[in-house]
Order: sequence, then structure tokens, then C-alpha cells
Amino acid sequence: MRKTSIFATALLASVSLSHAALAQTELSMWYHGAGNEVESKLINQIVDDFNASQEDWEVVLESFPQGSYNDSIVAAALAGNLPDIIDVDGPIMPNWAWSGYMQPLPIDESAIADFLPGTKGYWDGKLYSIGLWDAAVALYARESTLEELGLRRPTLDEPWTGDEFMAALKAAKDSGNYKFALDLGMNDQGEWYPYAFAPFLWSYGGGIVDRETYQTAEGVLNGDAGLAFGEWWQSLFTEGYAPGTSEDPADQQRGFIEGDFAFQWNGNWRAVATLDEVDDVVFLPAPDFGEGNKIGGGSWQFGISATSEHADGAAQFIEFALQDEYLAAFSDAIGLIPSTPSAAKMTKNYAEGGPLEAFFALSEEQAVLRPVTPGYVVQSKVFTKTLADIANGADVADTLDAAVDEIDADIEKNSGYGH
Amino acid sequence: MAIVTQDNHGLRLAVRYLVLILVALVFMFPLVFMLVSSLKPTAQLLSDTSSLRAFLPVGDISLENYAAAFRRAPIGLFVFNSIFITLVTVCASLFLCSLAAFSFTYLNWKGNGIVLSVILATLIIPFETIAIPLLLWVSRLPWVGMEGIEFGWLNTYHVQIVPWIADALTVFLFVQFFKDLPRELIEAARAEGASWWQIYRRVVMPLSGPVLATAAILKSLKMYNEQYLWPLIVVQDEAHRPIMVGLGYFFQLNVAWGEVMAYLSVITIPVLAFYLVLQRAFIASIASTGVKG
Repeated sequence: MRKTSIFATALLASVSLSHAALAQTELSMWYHGAGNEVESKLINQIVDDFNASQEDWEVVLESFPQGSYNDSIVAAALAGNLPDIIDVDGPIMPNWAWSGYMQPLPIDESAIADFLPGTKGYWDGKLYSIGLWDAAVALYARESTLEELGLRRPTLDEPWTGDEFMAALKAAKDSGNYKFALDLGMNDQGEWYPYAFAPFLWSYGGGIVDRETYQTAEGVLNGDAGLAFGEWWQSLFTEGYAPGTSEDPADQQRGFIEGDFAFQWNGNWRAVATLDEVDDVVFLPAPDFGEGNKIGGGSWQFGISATSEHADGAAQFIEFALQDEYLAAFSDAIGLIPSTPSAAKMTKNYAEGGPLEAFFALSEEQAVLRPVTPGYVVQSKVFTKTLADIANGADVADTLDAAVDEIDADIEKNSGYGH
Repeated sequence: MAIVTQDNHGLRLAVRYLVLILVALVFMFPLVFMLVSSLKPTAQLLSDTSSLRAFLPVGDISLENYAAAFRRAPIGLFVFNSIFITLVTVCASLFLCSLAAFSFTYLNWKGNGIVLSVILATLIIPFETIAIPLLLWVSRLPWVGMEGIEFGWLNTYHVQIVPWIADALTVFLFVQFFKDLPRELIEAARAEGASWWQIYRRVVMPLSGPVLATAAILKSLKMYNEQYLWPLIVVQDEAHRPIMVGLGYFFQLNVAWGEVMAYLSVITIPVLAFYLVLQRAFIASIASTGVKG
């Protein structure tokens, strides 16, 4: 009798446990951080915390190398095996939403009211993605360089004008103390080009595409402002201020730190490593070429795939991940800008007086999203090639006209991309 | 006069060796750079690239990059996956392609020449042009596994093996070799009452050592070194990823080049071992096909 009772109790317990396990619906999630130990640890922590916090959902994470992540998503969309939760690079999101890879994000938008603008992914009036961080670009310089060359230290309220910027480059070049006055990271001919250099075009008053209609690049990329930008851009290389497209990647990583460059246009993800080696590094705002000083915004964000049958669970996970403690943890670990002011205060770098505090303000006040259109995936490649060609000496007007033709043809081929 | 000739001979020999040593150095430089760089911290590695120090194990030398590389990615798993996929594909390919070539060479069936021409014509089709249709196909194909019939081949080993088994180049190599075998051997075996299968197994294949080595080497190098796009789109789980996709683990925003070199050194070891074992066959295969290794 006693044996029967023990057996019955054990059976009941095992049934209850297996029932609890079965009650958790699996949510698949793909992330771009394979190989990034720090990022993987953080995202796994969030997943573990979420799985332990409730009994309805279990997130199962699969990480991919960043360089091939987008291709894996597109292939999975074609093959019909997208996961429930994906992460997406901000400027790519409109294309994936338009292509039917993603569905709108059903979260309470009041909860993200204080998020940095660059962290919210809207397409067609709906929120599709939200990010735990943003990134920003700044002009790296040394205090000692500014003093030595007799230069004013620019601020967000009073940035360098275009003329002041060029005067600074000329002073650095004339000093003879540097291999080049400015490093732009020209060897990285990927998304870096539109992310880092389109803001100069915007500051001139031009654009990659007409943001009123998103139907043409005519007049914005090759108008007067575009031409002025193109001539200025080319002059950086013809006058020897910056290394061109054949720049050695080693110079890009070590040049500023070793004092070969007076200034470097670089992202906040390099800031921590630079701070470790350059005591008096300062992060200066972008120069103003007439239409304000601007930088690019929008980094990796979370969203839900169109084929997910568990959008409520996926949204629950994403909302869970948006807690300040996770935003701050990501920022502390990988140096990115936390999405909210309250999270920024919890970080070691972006809190008041922190070494990277300037980047939060840069992102908040200067950041402009790259064109919010499905056609951006083509436009970014055309823009990259255009800037590389001009840097290599191509005729500015002809090259910009050719870029406009290519962008317009793509928009037409895709019936206006749904705008 | 004889002394002068001897001097000339010695000089010619010295010049020849000097040229050969220089050429060998040029070919060895990438390997030496990779191995030496894998022992240096990234900052030193980058600084050294502007001088001959790039090829010398000097400065802050350690195995830390190897330890870090193994922490960053499951290298053992990736190497195992690639070796397993390569071995199975090569074995299956040698068997099926040699059978096909045997049929094209010795069996006089109708349309034989046309079918072979069509197969050889596929040599000019780049894989990229058929990748997407093939993806759509394999994502729906049935497979009999441990749990019965399943639909969809994604995230498996066989999706990385089956599409690569048959290929025109391997069939072509076998056809060319079989054509040069003496016909009398086949005819004698037929006269003795041997079946086609017996002729294939007992007469033709035992004579096919050179072409088997050539085809195996070319196929192995392709499968081990060049499998990137296909596994990228058909394998989404880490458990089945091969080495070339694994390389992506090392390209973060701040690339740790020392670890990249350590990873490349580790994944090169099986190829080097393979080369050293089959060195003679390698050289013979390149000489016989005119294909660069």
C-alpha cells in the first residue's frame, strides 16, 4: 500500500512537472552577436531572466555572425522558417517590413516615450522595432592637439563651421606633425559610408533621396548642395587631408592612437579602447556646413517576424528586455549609448561626468535617421560607391548624376516601394 | 676551359637555387605571416605590418590568441563539421561520378553524348545563380530520419552534402581517364562473361588510382575551403556550421586580428596534413588537370 502511494505521488509529481514544462511555449529568437563574447553573455542573461520570470514562454536563442546575419534572415524568409523574434539593423527595418518579413510590434508605446529617437523603428506609421542602444559618431581629437594648433574647442551649441573645420585640418597638415590631418575610415566600404558620411551631405542641405516623397534623388543628391558637398568631399583627398579608399585597415585602427592622425571621424564603439590609450582624447561634435551639425542614428533593434504565431509572447520578451538595468548593462559592457536618460545615469560611461557623456547628447540632439524607406538597402550601396568614386577622383557632377539615375531606376522598378 | 665550364655550371646552379628560394619565400610569406601574427597581440600585429617584423616572431609573443579564439567560437565543432561534410561528400562523389562516367564511356545508350554535353555545360553556371531555387527546393524536400519522414532539409548535415555529390568536373575527369584505358580490357572481361558492375568494380576502378586521387583532392579542397554561401543560407543552427561560416565569428566591429590569424592557423592544419600526406598526388593532379590548387 505504501509502495503504491509513493508511486502515485511520484507519478503525480512527474505529470505536474511535465505539464509545467509543456505549458511554456517555445519562442525562437535570432541575434547577430555570434562570436561576441560580451554581447552573447548579456543577451543570454536577458533570455534566462525572462524564461525564469514567467511560465508561459521560453525563448530559445540562436546567434549568427554579424557579417552574414542579414543574408541568413533573407534566406530564412524565402524558405519560410523565420524565427519569432529577430534583431534588425535600424535602416534595414523598413525593407524587411515592406518585404513582409516583419509585423508591427504590439507593445505599449508610452513605455518607450523617453527612448532616444534613433532607437525607435517606424515604418508606414507603425512601430516595427525598438533598440536597447544607439550609436553615435564624433570627431576624435586630443586636447593637446587643439592647444598646439591654437584651435577653439567646439561644442554642441557652438560647433565648428565648415570653414573652421577646414582651417583646423589645414593647421594640422601645415604643422607637419601628422601623416594625415584626418582619418575617415575609408577602407571600410560598407554601411559605414552612408552612416558616417551622409550627415556631411545633410549638413550641406542635400540628401540621398527626397524625403518628402521618397520617389526620387533628383535635385537632392545632385542639386547645388549635393554638388558643393561632392566638391568638398573630393578636396579632402586631392589636398591630402585624409587617406583615400586604399587606406590600410591597420592605420584606421591604430593611426589616431599612435598620433599619425590629428583627428579621426569614428564611432562610440571605438571610444573605450581609445580612452584606454589616449589620456587627453576629446569627442567633438560634427562640423556645421550650413544646415546644422548632424550625425547618423539608428542601430540594432528587436522586432517580430511576420510569420510568428506568438507575437504576444515575442512582444512580452521585447518589453522585458527594455528594462533600464539591461540597457545599462549593454552600455557598460560594449560602450554603446543606452536608449534612455534614466539608463544612461546608471552607466559608468554615459552618466553625468562620465567619459562618454558627450555621445548621449550627440545622439539626442544631432542624430538623423538614414532614409526611412525600403529602397535604402539599394541607396546605401549606391551612395557608398559614389563617395568612393569621388574620393578616387571621378567627376563630381557626373558621378552624382549617375547615382541619381541608379537610385531613381530602382525606385521605379519597385513601384515606389509602397510610399 | 673545363674549370670555366665548372664555374659556369656552379654559378647557374646558384642562380637557379636563388630564384627558387625567392619564389618559395613569396609563396610561404602568407603562411608565415598568418602563423607569426597568430602569436601577437592585435595592436602589435597591426603596428608590425609596416615592416619586416610582420614575418618575424618578435615582441610580445604568446598563445593567448589561440585561447581567446577557442573561447570565442566552438572551433572544434566547426572543424569536425567541415571534415565530416568533406569526407562524406568526397566518398559519395567519387562513387556516383565514377559510375556516371563509366556509363557515359562504356555503355552505348541513346542520347549518351547529349546528356554528357548538358552535364558539362553546367560547368559555366555559377552556383550563385541557382542558390535561391535550390534553397526553396531543399527547404521542402522529404527526408527519412530517425523520427520517420520529415519535410525540409534545413539545419542538417545532408543539406550540405547531397547537393554537392554530383558535379560536372568530377564526371569529366573520370570520363577523360576512362577513355584512355585500353578497350581490350573491357572487351576481354565482357567475353569472360563479367557483368558491367563486375567490370566497374574489378577492372576499371582498380586501375583508376590517379583519377581518384585527383578528383578527391580537388573536391576536398572545394568542400573544405569554399563552403560559405550555401551553408550560410541553409544552416541556421550553430551545431551544423562549417569552418568558413565560423570565420564570421571573428569579425566584430573591433576586429581581433590576432584571433583571426589563430583561427585560420587552426583550420589550415587539416589541409596542410592532407597536403603533406598526398603531396605527390597533389602535384600530379594539378599537372594533369591544369587546375590551380
